Amino acid sequence: MIDRRLKVVHYLNQFFGQIGGEEKANIEPLKKDGAVGPGILFQQMLGQDAEIVGTVICGDNYFNENLETAKEAVLALIRGYSPDLLLAGPAFNAGRYGTACGAVCEGVAARLAIPAVAGMFPENPGVELYKKSIYIIETKPSSMGMKDAAQKMVGLALKLVRGESLGSPAEEGYIPRGVRKNTFAKERGATRAVDMLLLKVKGDPFVTEYPMPVFDRVEPSPPIADLSQVTLALITSGGIVPKGNPDRVESSSASKYGKYDISGVEALSPETHETTHGGYDPTYANEDPHRVLPLDVVRDLEQEGAIGNLYPHYYATVGNGTSVANARKFAQEIAKDLLKDGVSAVIISST
Amino acid sequence: MAKELEKEGILTVHICTIVPISKTVGANRIIPAVAIPHPLGDPSKSKEQEKALRRKLVEKALEAMQTKVEGQTVF
Repeated sequence: MIDRRLKVVHYLNQFFGQIGGEEKANIEPLKKDGAVGPGILFQQMLGQDAEIVGTVICGDNYFNENLETAKEAVLALIRGYSPDLLLAGPAFNAGRYGTACGAVCEGVAARLAIPAVAGMFPENPGVELYKKSIYIIETKPSSMGMKDAAQKMVGLALKLVRGESLGSPAEEGYIPRGVRKNTFAKERGATRAVDMLLLKVKGDPFVTEYPMPVFDRVEPSPPIADLSQVTLALITSGGIVPKGNPDRVESSSASKYGKYDISGVEALSPETHETTHGGYDPTYANEDPHRVLPLDVVRDLEQEGAIGNLYPHYYATVGNGTSVANARKFAQEIAKDLLKDGVSAVIISST
Repeated sequence: MAKELEKEGILTVHICTIVPISKTVGANRIIPAVAIPHPLGDPSKSKEQEKALRRKLVEKALEAMQTKVEGQTVF
């Protein structure tokens, strides 16, 4: 298949590039022909099929303080070798080095159209910044993990350059990029689910097929002493919209929300409102929309003085398959509205 | 959504059926609801009973608003 040795360029920082330590972190990009520092180990692992023809080195501070210029200069030096492949780092848990490796790999993959592989510890900020656009082999936090990192980086890089199909991120050792790929499993879903459940019941380790994304947290708001003074707003992710769904809020993976006037509206009815939410039986919500959006009792509580007043609009979207990013965007826009109008408390009802 | 609103300083209570999801998305005051297709109602009950049930849940939400919490709390 390969009729010549593959040409590889290796990107390193000033330290691994054997220029110097922190005092040399300001050096501008430079190149050295052949393998340098950890490149010697990488060359051993690449074997006969590929050769590190050059090493491009840049100081970590220089790169991060001059992001665009440094990236362009590094890309120009890399291009000068006309490589088939770029390896960057590994940067382990070095943040500046990691972001540099990420930027270089992203630039190389996009502009030189050759595979690029970096290596980083998962908490390296370069991971959060670049994991979606490039391949990053997961490494140990320090250079103690050099050998293992080099082995995995070389393995993945050679597969990419040869156009071989890749296994899952766990099999290949890289940090998941959020790409979904259909595959055939040996056992059907029910069998796999029961196997997993049995392991869980026994307390044995098991691997989920659908890891949940990690969400950040926010400090709880302080309590409100006197609710009779506040304006309360209602939001629902249960898809209660005016009959006919005027804004065409989607039944799943919603890309929008609706804002609907309820000033003077005492109650909802099947004639005026319905749910557009897919994924659950809409019968009950359509029969009585209050089962999802409790307007009737909130109006009662308003009249009794338990709350100051109800905001004259409610907001509705559909939670079904809607991305966290969209939900966040909706909430940010709604929050602006509510703050402007002095709303300090919200009830969200979800199906 | 609850989290984003709270970030902006708007106290938010989440009435929902699937409490673990509410926890995952970061709601701080959580009121467990009746069922997925009718979180604030129960079609097996009479209209009056259903409204009383719904009122209880909303009152619980208002109580949650007046309660100081440390971290995510299910009421």
